[in-house]
Amino acid sequence: MRSYEVMFISAPNVGEDDLRKLTTQLETVVSDLGGKVVKTDNLGRRKLAYPISKFDEGIYSLLNVEGTGKEIAEVERRLRVSDIVLRHLTVRTDEDLRRAAKIKARRRAAPSRQLRPVDNDAERETKTEAVSEGENE
Amino acid sequence: MNMNRGSDRPSSGERSERGPGGRGGGRRRRACRLCQEKIDYVDYKDVRMLQAFVPERGKITPRRISGTCAIHQRKLAEAIRRARNIALIPYTTH
Repeated sequence: MRSYEVMFISAPNVGEDDLRKLTTQLETVVSDLGGKVVKTDNLGRRKLAYPISKFDEGIYSLLNVEGTGKEIAEVERRLRVSDIVLRHLTVRTDEDLRRAAKIKARRRAAPSRQLRPVDNDAERETKTEAVSEGENE
Repeated sequence: MNMNRGSDRPSSGERSERGPGGRGGGRRRRACRLCQEKIDYVDYKDVRMLQAFVPERGKITPRRISGTCAIHQRKLAEAIRRARNIALIPYTTH
């Protein structure tokens, strides 16, 4: 199972009803295709870092989805087609989060390992310095 | 023996170890901030954290300045690009 995070920006002049309609539509798309909507989040109005299609502001929404990838294709298609959506971004999160959890577990198992790489670096640095001094002679 | 060492040197590829700008001796090595704070997942939504690595101009701070480790710099760069795409962070400022 893969997990995705879909973020999209809708135009600031869009009514709350239209936005809610879009999100419920997306949710039904996901569940119809066998995926699972873990979370939907309305992040609210936010100033855009740069204007998008002449808007300085946007309404951010976030959708956490679990599934095979088929649902995401359809969700993305709908986001592209919808004219209230200014921009969207889909990120696959399962791999990165799993890796992060692994690192965290390893750190808990051997907390003293943290210090060693730094020491190694310092050692290597002095060594290369000695070599280049020899070359200068 | 000394001469022998000298003649062996150039062929052994030592030269490439020196950077083009000579050596950077004396400069302090900075530790990776993300390693210190034990951040395993660099989230593109965490604007405040990303902004620490994006100075005024909007460019990504290079590793040699920020001291970030390679692994974290890679994750950071990816997250910053994502944040730019979704207009959380500017591409440029004029």
